[in-house]
Amino acid sequence: MNNYHQFDVVVVGAGGAGLMAALYASKTASTAVLSKLYPTRSHTGTAQGGVGAALGNIEEDHPEWHTFDTVKGSDYLGDQDAIEFMCYEAVQAVYELEHYGLPFSRTADGRIAQRPFGGHTNNVTGKPVSRACYAADRTGHMILQTLYQQCLKNNVNFFDEYQVVDVLIENGAAAGVIAIELASGEMHVFHAKAVIFATGGHGRIWEITSNAYSFTGDGPAIVMRRGVPLEDMEFFQFHPTGIYRLGILITEGVRGEGGVLINDKGERFMEKYAPTVKDLASRDVVSRAMYLEMREGRGIGGKRYLYLDMRPETVNKYAALDGRKRPDGSPYVVTGEELLAKLPDIVDFARTYLGVDPVTQMMPVQPTAHYAMGGIPTNKYGEVVIDEKNTVMPGLYAAGECACVSVHGANRLGTNSLLDLIVFGKHAGLRAAEYSQGADFQKLPADPTEFARQQFEAIRNSDGDEKAYVIGNEMKSVMFDEVGVFRTEQGMNLALEKVRELRERLKRVRRPDQGKIFNTEVINIWELGNLLELAEVTTISALARTESRGGHAREDYPKRDDANWLKHTLAWWDHGQVRLGYKPVVITKYQPKERVY
Amino acid sequence: MQVKLKIFRYNPEVDKKPHYDKYEVEADPTDRVLDLLEYVKGNFDGTLSFRRSCAHGICGSDAMRINGRNRLACKMLVKELGTDKILVEPILGLPVIKDLIVDMEPFFANYRSVLPYLINDEPPPKKERLQSIEERERFDDTTKCILCACCTTSCPSYWANEQYVGPAAIVAAHRFIFDSRDRAGAERLRILNDQFGVYRCHTIFNCTEACPREIQVTKAIGEVKRAIATGKIE
Repeated sequence: MNNYHQFDVVVVGAGGAGLMAALYASKTASTAVLSKLYPTRSHTGTAQGGVGAALGNIEEDHPEWHTFDTVKGSDYLGDQDAIEFMCYEAVQAVYELEHYGLPFSRTADGRIAQRPFGGHTNNVTGKPVSRACYAADRTGHMILQTLYQQCLKNNVNFFDEYQVVDVLIENGAAAGVIAIELASGEMHVFHAKAVIFATGGHGRIWEITSNAYSFTGDGPAIVMRRGVPLEDMEFFQFHPTGIYRLGILITEGVRGEGGVLINDKGERFMEKYAPTVKDLASRDVVSRAMYLEMREGRGIGGKRYLYLDMRPETVNKYAALDGRKRPDGSPYVVTGEELLAKLPDIVDFARTYLGVDPVTQMMPVQPTAHYAMGGIPTNKYGEVVIDEKNTVMPGLYAAGECACVSVHGANRLGTNSLLDLIVFGKHAGLRAAEYSQGADFQKLPADPTEFARQQFEAIRNSDGDEKAYVIGNEMKSVMFDEVGVFRTEQGMNLALEKVRELRERLKRVRRPDQGKIFNTEVINIWELGNLLELAEVTTISALARTESRGGHAREDYPKRDDANWLKHTLAWWDHGQVRLGYKPVVITKYQPKERVY
Repeated sequence: MQVKLKIFRYNPEVDKKPHYDKYEVEADPTDRVLDLLEYVKGNFDGTLSFRRSCAHGICGSDAMRINGRNRLACKMLVKELGTDKILVEPILGLPVIKDLIVDMEPFFANYRSVLPYLINDEPPPKKERLQSIEERERFDDTTKCILCACCTTSCPSYWANEQYVGPAAIVAAHRFIFDSRDRAGAERLRILNDQFGVYRCHTIFNCTEACPREIQVTKAIGEVKRAIATGKIE
């Protein structure tokens, strides 16, 4: 067979989770990494502020506190066994990254530097704690580079610029994937005993987003078409501080270093919404507060943005009011040079895209679609589970943002995504390799590329008058307005109707590029199809959940409803219709209580 | 404002040789050149091909020559060009595959040739290895590299001889040579002390000018040259 490859383990995606999985799987199993981008282009590289681990390098901290903060941050929807596992593994995982060569910023005594982040607290005082281990404001970049470097050192097999388009499931187990080699347009069959999806998020559904063009939900869409449900898709995080209109992320680390949000009246409004931790409340809380401020006419000049102020005089003023101290007990005071050294990329982004120097001027920001809490359901070993009883599908794994363990529940804490990547990427890799040692290859179907070919021939042969560019923009607009920070039944019904209309219109796009070599137009149309299907699943899951919890805030159901909704949503894509089911949340130590910051 | 885009086009499946296509588009002064390329692809010609991902200067996908200078299309704002005429061409020195997409493999092969990973076989401590703020600062600048190839493909020495390892690979080597935790600096210096190594650099500074991360590339190359000359890593 032409273009046929065989590996014990195939990893789809080369961001933090995929590379970590590949590093571990390749120790004992033949492993290939397939990525639609060069690995170093992956979206992990854009993560800025830090990776969470209770090292206690700056002040007292404990994995147990990290666990509780994450449970609380999740609005009690996270599975507590998995959260505890992650937060205890975190410490060793971060040391391991350091041993791999990751150039963390350092403390005066040479240890890994840490800074405060939203929702991470000292569980005794309730005050912010320095738990985010950082490398300036390019922590994700350094994780991505370091893991790629280690993969090169360990001779991992890379298939760069291979777009995976289908997963093969035979006898109820993973059998491999189908990929298009972008440089040739050829379809390839990768026969594997174990397949690990690590394809990232799908924030490109929304108009204002921090997410890369490549974040089109390929992994979740691919497995969903093959009968795997998606979990908790109604929970999508809107990060409070995206650059106005562009959505580019301004790290929460800015507020960790003492920056504050300011409204049109010059007020530090977060004091009203989160009296204890203020600007370092968790992201859902801050984004909602910003919307409420803007709705009440206190956006800057009445517009849909607010200011993020990290000018040293502002930082020092509020640090003094808050009584913030340095580790040695002296008052917390910063200079412009220190901020520049700790947040160089933020300064660069503000100068480039806003024409603003953040050391002397305030930055216009608005909430930006940032992170998928939902995704492919897995257990804490990265094994994909396919029903209400958590039945494992043999040979299928997922890790990172495309997966839902669930450690983030209804709202992820900052720094826990990088942590999720390294902890669950590693364990998915280990489990997949272990499984492949005792398993046989599944027999491939007679025509393994049939389903993928059907999808791509339909796109290639389309000859209508619609533009995918326009369809994409209409989706982003309606989803940002109606399935965004605040939601209502009426608005979401409107969005659902629109998304269904757009799915029909996508079948009538104008004739695309007919070439084979780097046919990015056909790929982009397929990716848009993924986004539209995930937008529909998101909206239907959100319509059904008649409560507010974490990132899912319904104006018509403003309260959390534990009696009816302390459960995970599962959504199946059933011949173009979405079918919902539910499974319980794992609660071990922490009984749900009201969430106050 | 109205801008006039002139874009390098080459499709190996139909074209015998490259040509340029012209488009007039309405642009906001704060638009990125990448936004204009997306607009052209989405509305005028879907076959226009280029790489992009993060769209804010971090992933390194969209290095191209914009009005003759190597830039990331997502970091180049229309208003910064100071003209309404925008010429977009692929970066030089790597084979063109289609339109603005070049074959990056020779570039990554050079990167891999300098052992771009931490080498230290001593058993690590239970916690982190210690490194002072000063030791960490020593190689800070070169950790910023995003492997976009803007530097290497702006270098006349690289254009003259593609066997030259190029600025980006030297930057990658520098990042490890000057890392106090690494133990293979001497080996990397030996690799770069080759006829296609650092001495191909004639301090033209194109690389430094082209770097979208503002890395002092020429300075880093100079430090590697000095380490080879003196046999000391400091």
